[in-house]
Parts: sequence; C-alpha cells; structure tokens
Amino acid sequence: MQLGFLVDLRLCMGCKGCEIACKVENEVPLSTWRLRVKYVDVGSFPETKRTFTPLRCNHCANAPCERICPVSALHYIENGIVNIDKERCIGCAGCVMACPYGAIYIDPQTQTADKCTYCAHRIASAMMPSCVVACPVEANIFGDLDDPMSNISKYIQEHQGNVQVRKPEKGTDPHHYYVGGGNVTLNPLASFRAEGHSLFNNLTHLPVGGHH
Amino acid sequence: MAHEIIAATNAVVVLDVALPGIVWGWIITMNMWAKSIGTGIIFVAFYLLKKYPEQTGFIRLPSVVISIVFIHLFLFFTVIDLHQMFRFWHIFFHPHMTSMITIGAWLATGFVGIILGMAYFLYMKKDEAMYDKLLGYGVVLAVPVTLYTAGLMAQSTARELWQMPTESIQMMLAAFLAGSATMILVGGNKFSDPIKKDLGLILGFSALTAFLMYMTELIFGPMKAEEVIATLEFIKGGEYTFMFWLGQIVAFLIPMALVCKSIKDKSYYLLKIAAVSALIGLWITKHVWLVIPQLLNMS
Ligand code: SF4
Ligand code: SF4
Repeated sequence: MQLGFLVDLRLCMGCKGCEIACKVENEVPLSTWRLRVKYVDVGSFPETKRTFTPLRCNHCANAPCERICPVSALHYIENGIVNIDKERCIGCAGCVMACPYGAIYIDPQTQTADKCTYCAHRIASAMMPSCVVACPVEANIFGDLDDPMSNISKYIQEHQGNVQVRKPEKGTDPHHYYVGGGNVTLNPLASFRAEGHSLFNNLTHLPVGGHH
Repeated sequence: MAHEIIAATNAVVVLDVALPGIVWGWIITMNMWAKSIGTGIIFVAFYLLKKYPEQTGFIRLPSVVISIVFIHLFLFFTVIDLHQMFRFWHIFFHPHMTSMITIGAWLATGFVGIILGMAYFLYMKKDEAMYDKLLGYGVVLAVPVTLYTAGLMAQSTARELWQMPTESIQMMLAAFLAGSATMILVGGNKFSDPIKKDLGLILGFSALTAFLMYMTELIFGPMKAEEVIATLEFIKGGEYTFMFWLGQIVAFLIPMALVCKSIKDKSYYLLKIAAVSALIGLWITKHVWLVIPQLLNMS
C-alpha cells in the first residue's frame, strides 16, 4: 500500500476548510501549520485572478527529512506515510533544514518537530484524513496509489498530462500530486512575496520556537 | 530567472502563513567556528611536530589543551541548540546511520577520546612517544570530524547553496585557517623564522583559497539553480551584503595582506594581527553562509 494525496486546484476555492480541520484535528499550535492554503494573485487589473494552493507534507518516497533525522523520529510506516515520533525527536531541526517544501516546523509547545502525517491516527481507524472530510468541493483526493481502482489512481489516469508535483528536480519523489497546477501555484520563487502588511495579514518572521 | 517569471505573471502572494525564522542561527555558527579551531590546531601541531621536532616540543601541551577546550565548546553549542537537549542521548541509543548528525556525533566522541588520551599520556605519564602516536590517529579522525558538518549541509536538501564537495573543502580550509591562526597566537615569539613563515603561508594560502571559492560561488553559483540566484541576492545588495563583505575582508583579505607584509618584514607582530583578524572574520563568514539560505521561502 502506498497512500497518496491529490489536490485538484481547479476545484479548490480557497475556503480554508481543510486548514482549519487540520488545526483542530491535530491541535496544531498558533503560528504553526501542517496544512495551509496559499493565495497568490496573478496578472494586472482588470485581468487578474486569484489562485489557491493547499500545501502540506508530500510524504516523499525519497524523503530528505527521514534521511537526515539522527534518531529515526521521522520514519516510514508500512502504508508509505512519513510519520513522526515526537517522543524520540531531539529537536535538532535537521529535518526543517532538509525538507525542500518547508513542510516541517518546531512545535512551540512540545519543542519537537511536527508536520502533516496524512492523519495517520485516523487512517489506523479506517477514517479519512480530516482535511479530506472538510473539503466542500472534494478537491482533496486521498487513497492508495498502488491500487489502480482507487479514486486517486483513477484521477491520475484521467488527468494524465496535467498532473504535477512540487519541485520534481529535488528527486524526492513526492506522493502528493496536483491537477491544474503551474509555476505560480507550485513554485514559491515564481511569485513576489512582500514582507510586512499585505491584503489580509502581516507576513512577518516569527520565532521558530525555543531559544532562537 | 525568478525575476522574469514574476515580471511575466505579475504574481503576488496575498495571503499566507508567516515565513519561518532562522532555524540554525548563531549557536550553529559558534559550533562550526569552535570545531575549526579544535581540529585545526591538531592538523597544524602534527605538521610542526613532524617537520620541526627539535624546536616545537613545547606546543604539545597547549595544542591538546586548546583542542580539548574548543571541541568541548563545539559539543556544548551542538547540545544547547537542540530544542530537546536532554534527549541528546537518543543519538547513541536510537542511532539512524544515514544521518550525518549521527555520524558526526560518533566521530566527535571518538576524537574526544583520542585527545583526552593525548593529554593523559603527556601530563600524567610524561610519555611523548605515546602522545605522538595518538596524535597520528587524532589527525586521521580530525578529517571526518571536520568534514561531517559539510555532509550535513549537503543533506540539507532544501538549501541549494550548500553543495558537496564545495562545503567540505571550505570546512578543511576553515580548519587550516583557524588552526594556523591559533598556533601563531599560542607560539608567542618562541618559533624560529622558518616556522613563522610556514604558519604564515598556511594561513595565507587557506585564506586565499577560501576567498577564491566564495568569489567563484558568487559568480558561477547563479548559473546552476534558481534558488541559488535568490539566495545570493541576500548578499548582492540584500540585507546581508555588508556582513558578507566584512567577513571576506576580515577573514581573508586582511590576513593575506598582513601575511605577505610580515614575511617580507619578518614581523611576527603583523602575523599575530593577521591571526586575530582571520579568527574573527571566519565567524562572520560562516554565519552569513549559514543564514542566507534560510531566508528563502520554501513553499
Ligand atoms: S515533504 Fe518534506 S517533510 Fe514531507 S516527506 Fe517530503 S521532505 Fe519530508
Ligand atoms: S528535529 Fe526531530 S524529527 Fe527533525 S531531524 Fe531532528 S530529531 Fe529528527
């Protein structure tokens, strides 16, 4: 079994339901996130459009975070999920430095690394990840990539030629796909990002937690 | 390239989470700086004891003491940087051998054992032969201890700026620079002119090579990857430009000039100023190179 995610960006309407469901389900502390939806505006008025991109851990098959972890706190489980053992983590932040997607954070409460686990605890009880359940337009498709009859496998087959992963050049082999993505949505360097006040919030540096 | 894409799409992030702050900060800079001195002094001591055995016997004790102090400083900064420092023992009891952090911890422990052994045989047993034998093993182990941080930087896949083998060569050069600078300060005026000249040359050539490597990264790095272009912008007019050039001048250019002048004038005083400058500048240079890739947004 190889669990994977697919987000159809053509369906996503940026409601942030998944983001909030994840926060509640996993008790993700303030100032940190496991899953968030990024808004990028494209074009010049009046020819503008807003894009929405849910971003979470990709559960890479060749995960640099797992490789760099000195104590195997980050480890694979048999369904392909890259899971984290917070009791074992020493908080070296090697994984934060290694993940090319910025998917890992140091939990300010436990002072250990944390990230999206594809809700491994819910899957163990045969439940869908909470973000999948919360999505009103079924833009999040989750399932077994090894099963050709699973929803996700069929979706990938039906949309061949329009399926992308983030930063394929990193060789991480993500198990998280996007349909309808492009440079602006998937490449963080393709959009301008101002520090300071923006449309909705302050984009400022926050302490990562601990003593830094 | 990023600039062209942004100009073409006019894409602006309008809502997102805050950017993460710097994860590996000055504590890790201290770690690398202290390690450069702790292993570098062993390399230089080995060289001097082999080449000038009659004149350099007195460096045995200060060299091993300095190595012990700075390697323990390095270990101290390594441990206090952990967000869960009291779980440090997990590295030894749940080791994951693909991680350069694990490999480094094991190697550093072995190195500490050797330098403590050297101190024991020299101070307690007055056995210089045994000290010299252990010094040979110490040099062999000091190489991977110096290099493992470069391996760790290479494993930090997100930070495109840090590549192998560039970082490993920079680590070795930092050790030679710091080791020779520290030895110049330790030796006082007890060294003969040829030894002073040798130490000056090690310092000067390490500074020259490291400087050239940074300059080539600055010029050719952007030709490799979009992320390197974006990272180097922080030192090409960005917020770390002044600090970067300050580091290059103080760590490399001033020592190079002073070494040339000191060899010409046979002035040990200038060599000492070069040594102090190199040690200060090395910290600044390492810090800038550590921090700038962390300013880049990964997602
Ligand atoms: S996305 Fe990042 S945190 Fe997730 S498995 Fe890949 S490297 Fe690890
Ligand atoms: S912070 Fe924790 S999970 Fe991340 S590499 Fe270090 S020990 Fe592993």
